[in-house]
Amino acid sequence: MSEIARAFASGKAFIAFVTGGDPDLERSERHILDLVAGGADLIEIGVPFSDPIAEGPVIQAANLRALRAGATLEGIFQLAQRVHAQTDVPLVFLTYLNPVFHYGYEAFCQRASAVGASGLIIPDLPFEEQGELRPTAARHGLDLITLVAPTSADRIRRVAQSASGFIYVVSSLGVTGQRSQITTDLKSIVDEIRLHSSTPVAVGFGVHTPQQANQIAQFADGVIVGSKIVSLIGQDPTGAGPALQAYAQSIKRAILD
Amino acid sequence: MNQGRYGPYGGQYIPETLMNELIGLDQAYRRHRQDPAFQDELAGLLRDYAGRPSLLYRAERMTADLGGAQIWLKREDLNHTGSHKINNVLGQALLARRMGKTRVIAETGAGQHGVATATAAALMGLECEIFMGREDTERQSLNVYRMELLGATVHPVESGTMTLKDAVNEAMREWTSRVHDTLYVLGSVMGPHPFPMMVRDFQAVIGREVKTQLQAQAQTLPAAAVACVGGGSNAIGLFYDFIDCPEVELIGCEAAGLGVDTDQHAATMARGEVGVFHGMKSYFCQDRDGQIAPVYSISAGLDYPGIGPEHAWLHDSGRASYVPVTDQAAVEAFEYLARMEGVICAIESAHAIAHVRQIAQRYRPDQHLVVCLSGRGDKDVAAIARYRGRTVNE
Repeated sequence: MSEIARAFASGKAFIAFVTGGDPDLERSERHILDLVAGGADLIEIGVPFSDPIAEGPVIQAANLRALRAGATLEGIFQLAQRVHAQTDVPLVFLTYLNPVFHYGYEAFCQRASAVGASGLIIPDLPFEEQGELRPTAARHGLDLITLVAPTSADRIRRVAQSASGFIYVVSSLGVTGQRSQITTDLKSIVDEIRLHSSTPVAVGFGVHTPQQANQIAQFADGVIVGSKIVSLIGQDPTGAGPALQAYAQSIKRAILD
Repeated sequence: MNQGRYGPYGGQYIPETLMNELIGLDQAYRRHRQDPAFQDELAGLLRDYAGRPSLLYRAERMTADLGGAQIWLKREDLNHTGSHKINNVLGQALLARRMGKTRVIAETGAGQHGVATATAAALMGLECEIFMGREDTERQSLNVYRMELLGATVHPVESGTMTLKDAVNEAMREWTSRVHDTLYVLGSVMGPHPFPMMVRDFQAVIGREVKTQLQAQAQTLPAAAVACVGGGSNAIGLFYDFIDCPEVELIGCEAAGLGVDTDQHAATMARGEVGVFHGMKSYFCQDRDGQIAPVYSISAGLDYPGIGPEHAWLHDSGRASYVPVTDQAAVEAFEYLARMEGVICAIESAHAIAHVRQIAQRYRPDQHLVVCLSGRGDKDVAAIARYRGRTVNE
């Protein structure tokens, strides 16, 4: 069983996202551990990037905060390593392609694997372009997690068949951020994926309330929450711990209901 | 399937949400460009609305002054809306209409591409929204009003450095949130496939005309074709028909700002490294962690941290060369052309003029240098006055 599969083994997985290094590496580490304590089954660590084109305003701002606080790629690797030393919850990096490309695919995958990461999510590396990275990632035991969007339609089969780790279903058009309503027919997308793949399916983008998480968990294997967590950190960069734990517990309870 | 490659460059590095839209756009474009009715309609618009063919003007005083090659100016500044941008937007707007799209969005830096897009949208009855960095909307408030007069909505972009690259980011984000009725009319030969190919095809009219015009007037090919490059659309437009003519040198002039040895420049080829950004693999100004670097040029149109993928390949293959030109050299060339030929050109185009002043003497009098005058300079007059310490009221 891959490390990521372990996150889904106990039933439904709660996947929590934080922007690494927001507001700084030390507090970022504590926030991740708070989320784990609250029940997160998998952690996505966002590698801060100057131009995060798939992110809404909340995560854009977190990227800038992290970069202004001096977050470097090396700092993010060390953050992952420290977290990995304290928990066996699987870690994946969410990063735009350029920092990976610039570091070198081989060097990046080697280092990511060495610090304990189990996978990579790269929003600007669609299925067609994954060939340049996938073999290197696989050699280092990293799952390249692919995304399926409401517009994927006839692409779902190919994306699903090549998937590893988990399949990230983007709930809505547009960028990341909390949404009061998700109108996409997610269940039919998930059903379509299941025709072609047994890889676990998690849904993210816009999910923030326990009710939404509960609804999604009826048909998906996991629920991904990002912007809500990042905004809790943004509101109280130092004292967010208890709120993060309580929030994580509420989501975890909702998806197990 | 690796689409739209120029050597290792190009590709489609874009969120999944946009992939089917890009695939559909590529198919629609390939279909319509083979359709004589589409080509006739575009040719008609270029002729009757944009004013093509643009003049190829022999700059006699400049030629005499510099001593060396015959200098020719390709007068894209005389097109409707004052720059080469109209060539591309008429093509894309026509395509949008044929695809059943009712809305176009675009990024703009100084406002030239925004004004051109708003113009084409007005002409074809399309809804139009323009994304422009907050800083640029303040520097170019006249162009903001111009776009509004044309019926467009202008969104000031507050993220990042609040300039052109952030306007592209925001236009892409907007496109992912509303794809079904909207075409993102990209303004240069950049972004994911099919944009670099499509925009190049629409701009290639520049070099095609030059070839015919110079043949008629001088019965020869140019010894060199020179153009400024930001994303690189006027340059690729000038170069494209000459790529297979090895006797024609192709020279792109990029913005060196305060100098390539400072951190205030936008000289992607001189100082950038290969990377992946805005949907394409190409050269980008970036730091050691692969963060996209803030760039600077006096010219808002060249103030972009990347360059189109076909240029990256022309550079690596040695077919074209790229030279940095500073703010100061560009401003001096702007003033020089005004006094020498009575032409006030865009500060972007002045980068190419500056380089021609440097190299004209290396050529014989029976050789011909063609410079793309990509736009007119009205928009830059106030900034040049400020550069010279003069205040003018716009």
